[in-house]
Parts: sequence; structure tokens; C-alpha cells
Amino acid sequence: MDLSLIIMQLLSGIALGAVLVITALGLTIVFGMLGVVNFAHGALFMIGAYAGLYLASLTGSFWWGLLLAPILIGAFGMLIEFVLIRRLYGRSIDDPLLLTFGLSYVLVEGVRIVFGSDGIPFPTPPQLIGVLDLGIGFFPRYRLFVIALVAVVLLVLWLTLEKTRVGLIVRAGARDPTIMQVLGVDIGRVWLAIFGLGVGLAALGGVLAGPMRSVNPEMGSLVLAEAFVVTVIGGLGSIVGAVVAGLMVGISISLVALFAPEMATIVMFALMAVVLLIRPQGLFGVRGRTA
Amino acid sequence: MSKSGSTSKITRRTALAGLSAGAALLAMPRIGRAADETIRIGFPTPLTGPFAAEARDQVKCAELAVKLVNDKGGIGGRKVELLVRDDKLNAGEAATRTLELIEKDKVHAVVGALSSAVQLAVNEVTRARGVIYVSISQSDTINEAKDFSKYTFHEALNPHMTTAAVARQTLKKGMKVAHLVADYAYGHEMLRGFKRAQAAIGADNVGEILHPFGAADYSTFMPRLMSLRPDVLCISNFGRDQANAIKQAVDFGVKQQMKIVVPVILHNQRLAVGPDVFEGVVGGANYYWGLESQSKSAAAFNAAFKAANGGAIPTDYGAYGYSGVGSLLAAMQTAGGTDTDKVVDALEKLQYDLTKGPQHYRKCDHQSVQSVLVLESKKKSAMAGDNDLFAILANDTGSDDMLRSCSELGHAT
Repeated sequence: MDLSLIIMQLLSGIALGAVLVITALGLTIVFGMLGVVNFAHGALFMIGAYAGLYLASLTGSFWWGLLLAPILIGAFGMLIEFVLIRRLYGRSIDDPLLLTFGLSYVLVEGVRIVFGSDGIPFPTPPQLIGVLDLGIGFFPRYRLFVIALVAVVLLVLWLTLEKTRVGLIVRAGARDPTIMQVLGVDIGRVWLAIFGLGVGLAALGGVLAGPMRSVNPEMGSLVLAEAFVVTVIGGLGSIVGAVVAGLMVGISISLVALFAPEMATIVMFALMAVVLLIRPQGLFGVRGRTA
Repeated sequence: MSKSGSTSKITRRTALAGLSAGAALLAMPRIGRAADETIRIGFPTPLTGPFAAEARDQVKCAELAVKLVNDKGGIGGRKVELLVRDDKLNAGEAATRTLELIEKDKVHAVVGALSSAVQLAVNEVTRARGVIYVSISQSDTINEAKDFSKYTFHEALNPHMTTAAVARQTLKKGMKVAHLVADYAYGHEMLRGFKRAQAAIGADNVGEILHPFGAADYSTFMPRLMSLRPDVLCISNFGRDQANAIKQAVDFGVKQQMKIVVPVILHNQRLAVGPDVFEGVVGGANYYWGLESQSKSAAAFNAAFKAANGGAIPTDYGAYGYSGVGSLLAAMQTAGGTDTDKVVDALEKLQYDLTKGPQHYRKCDHQSVQSVLVLESKKKSAMAGDNDLFAILANDTGSDDMLRSCSELGHAT
């Protein structure tokens, strides 16, 4: 087995991990800040892919779809928070969980009614079709673009949370919402924005996955399971955890695929089991935190 | 559930509907007798889940077969009714629904099931109850002696037939062949078929990669497949797995290096990912609507389907629903009713031509001997219209030589 093959395999794993990171990030932010386990995250990922496809065909350009779909679906997420989720704050964790679980069914059925159960083709943007010669092998341009874009999104997100006033309010709001209210911050608006951000990230994941996988109403269910595994490994609510665990899962799947391909899907659950045995709160999780 | 063919005038319809509803209510005890006069066919199929698109096509075609017989006055004056049940692509669900169809709905025969595991479950139930089952699933394990019974019939093509036909079109002596295979019965059977065919041709096997069933991402298998440097890549999986695997192989530039071949090329998956991705992919098929330029029965089937479905064309897996139910009804016609032994006898002797040319069930294992198509996906610029998906590379006439021999399947010869 030569080195170039292993490097190519690593790169495949990082590209795979990048989609996982962006999707798990939305899930973990919403849980970390709002204490809501969003079971509709996979369905919103799928809606994002459909929205991206629809907007791309409407405007004639993938780039508009990529830009507008997360914003539009993020706004839709804010509507969901405002109309449905908001009423359940302060109640047990099961209530929003059941609500979002039901919501995911409604969304999937809705898409089935509008677009049908068969998949729809989502062409790769013309600028990113084909492979790039890396010297040691060829790699799809589109997947390299996904890695780069996810890196940029992560950087922007990190800077916003760590270096801006908005980030400060969000971080403080997650730690102690009561004090924030006493200080005169409208915490309801912060939560609204956070839920919108989480859903927008799911939609971004969906648009990015569109040209790699076929777009169909069930595409979210598998992604939801993967995102939860990543979130659990990284530690519920931890942003750094989601990034590290997402890449870890992607690379593990990829390397296992090289030596024992039929185990490729199971490895992610094995990894989760091992982490839970050693650190039940996840790699970057805080012990005893259940919202 | 086709109950058309009524000759009552439109003006009387409303009145009749009201009357008959009332009559049905009053005549509850008589329903048993009335039901004896209808011929009921049970049809378990995965209406929900990843094969739902194929299943819906099967139902439409099965209903068409029933309608055409009813329009001609039914079988010996008895109307035929199709009882569709969702097997949810789950063996347990399928067994329960089939048992219900037999015990509660008193069906006279069962046709259907799409997945190999589900087909086995249906076959178990029908075999135990002595009910005829016409399978329209690709897998042919039920033809092997240990699962076979005289009530078991297999209308679909089987892995041996499609892989041999595809290999004949695409492989040459000395070529290097790699395999990407779904790790379950369907994939394993297709791999076995391809390996057998490539050994006969003298092509070399350079590697096999088994992937988990239902995987969404295939990128992690691509570097390895590329490093094997094959001339041909055989991708043996089904449904969305086929669409995703081909799409991602194309993204990795696989097509520049090798030819992509599949045991069965799926109409709906080609539609789901588009012409650019599938361009040049070769695969086997039981039916393609474009056959109508070569075959009178295909033209007639297409026309009947179009008339019943607002101008839509029938698909590959849909055609199985038509020929599976159609052949059974033809045998019942010959047998003059639903007596199981007589219908089995009639099916064994039946020569039928419903969609694409002559077919018959081989005596020893009840496998339908039929033609096998080899199709190549057209490039976008070569398509005459939205439905012009494939070019027909070969149309191998049906013969016993296509099948594994009876003794190989464990039957006494």
C-alpha cells in the first residue's frame, strides 16, 4: 500500500468530515445555547438541498442557491422557533424533542407532495466539474471546494463568537440567561437568532451535499444519525467538539474503508461507543450538563 | 383495485352508487358468496422506503393487467381484483401482510415483492399455505431446490441472466475488472454472476470492494478503485445506491480511466441523477419502452399503459408487475378458474408474450425464460426527448442456455 493512496484516502475523509462538521455544528449550537435537541435537523438539511436546487434553477446559478438557500431556510427556522419551539422553553427536554421529531415527518411528507419521492438531479456547478491533479492522484474539484468553504465558515463563526459584541452576548446568554435579562438583553431575540443560525447551517450542509449525493426526501435521515454521532463524540453543545469529532469520524470512515470497506459505516458507531466509555460527556463536553 | 368496465350510463351512476351502498349494507351475509365469485390477487410491494418509485410503477402496471382482463369480461365471467399491500421493504411486514392476504382476504394467488429478503419471506408463507406465488424480484434463491416449491414462480430476470448478457457486451479476454458491491444478497448474487461470466470470457479480476447497503457516500472507496487501474468497473447495487455510487465515481474521474458497468440499469435512477452522470454506463434490463420499434407486444403494452396513465411511459420494474400478473391471469384463463393445481399446470405449459417477446416458465425451477436487454445510457445531446434514455446494445433472445442448469440449482433431473 503506497503513501499516495493513503494521502488520497485521508483527503476523502476530510471532505466527508467537512460536510459532517457543518451539519453537526448547527445541531450542537442549538443544543448548547437553547437546550433543544433538534430532531428536524436532518429534514431541514434536506429542505436546504431542495431550496438550493430550486433557487439555483430559478437564478441559473449554483452560487445564488448556495448563498440564498441557507438564509431563506434559516429564516424559516426562525419562524419555527417563533411559532413552535418558543412555547416549550423551560419544559422538559422531551417536549421540543418530540415536537421537532413530528416536524421532521411533516417536512419530509411536504417535500414528497411537492417534488415527488423520486430523486431530482442536482448538477455540479460548471466551474467545479472534474478533477484536480494533486501530483499524487486526482481529486474532485467540488470536494476540495467544500473543504475550503467549510474552513471559511468555521473561521467566520469563530471570529464572530470570540471577537464581537454579538458573540459575547450569545456566549453569556448560553451560560446564564437570567442575568442577561437583568442586564437588559432581550434574550428571546438571541435565541431566535441562534435557532435560525443552526437551521441555516443545516441548510448549507444540504446545499453542499446536493451535487455529491442525489437529492431526495429521505436524504436527511441518514445525515441526522451521523450528525448526532458527531455531536455526541465531540460533546453535546461544544463547537470545537463538533469540528474535531466531525473530522475524526470522516477520516476514520475513510481509513477503515481502505482496509475493511464493509465496516465503513459501523466504525462511526464503534468510535462513539469507545468515547462514551472513556469520556461519557464527549471529548469536549462539560460533565453533568443536560440542559 | 380496478373495478371499471361498468356499462351503466353516467346519468344513472349516482343513483346506482347510493343504491348499491345501501344494498351492500343490507346484504352483509351475502358478501361471502359474492367474494367467491371475484378472483383476488394479493400484491405485496414496498410502497414506502427507498424502492417506492419502482413499487408504484409495479402497482400501476399490475392494475393495468387486471383492467385489461376485466374489460374482456374477466376469467370465466369472474372479475379480477388486485389487493395491494405495503410490505415496507421489510421481511416481517411482508410475511404478516401475505398471511393476512391469504387467511383474511382469501386471495387466490400472490404476485409481487421487490427485495430478495422480502421475496424469501413471502415465498415461505405461500409455500406453507399452498398458494401460488409469482415473484418479480431479481434474486433467484427461491428457484434453488431448498426454497423452491411447485407453487413458486419467478417472472423476473435473475442475476445470472443479466450479468452474463452485460459481460458479453462489455468484457473481452485479458481485460482487468474491478467490483464495487453492495454487501447483501443482491450484491453478492450479482458479483457471483459477473465473476462467472468474466471467467468464461477470460477477463481478470483485479479487486472487489464490498460497501455497506444504503451508504450515502462512496468517495472513500474511490481512491482504492482508481489505484487498481481496471478497464471495467462493475457496480452491483440497487436503487439509490446505484445513483449515488455512479455519481460519485464520475466525480472522481473514474469514467476517464475505465468503463462503468452495472448488472441492472435502473430507469428511475437514471432520471434521478441526470444524463451527464449516466452517459456511457452499460447495464442489463428486462424492459425498456424504446423496444417498441422492434417489438409489437412492447408497442401494445406502451400504448395501453399510456392510455391508462395520462401518456406516461412504463418503466423496467413496472413491466414486471404487468407480466407477473398478466402471466398468472393467462394461466387462470386456460385453467378455467382458480383451482391451484390446474393453474400451476397451466403456468408450466404457458407460452406468453406480454411486453417484449415470447416467454415461458422452465419446468424444473419455474424461472421465466425470456429475452435480456443490454442498454447504454445516452448522452444528453443524443436524446430525442425526455424519455429517450437508453440505446439498446443487445436484445438476447430467451433460451434455456441463459440459465443455470436444473441440476446446478439442486433439482432432480
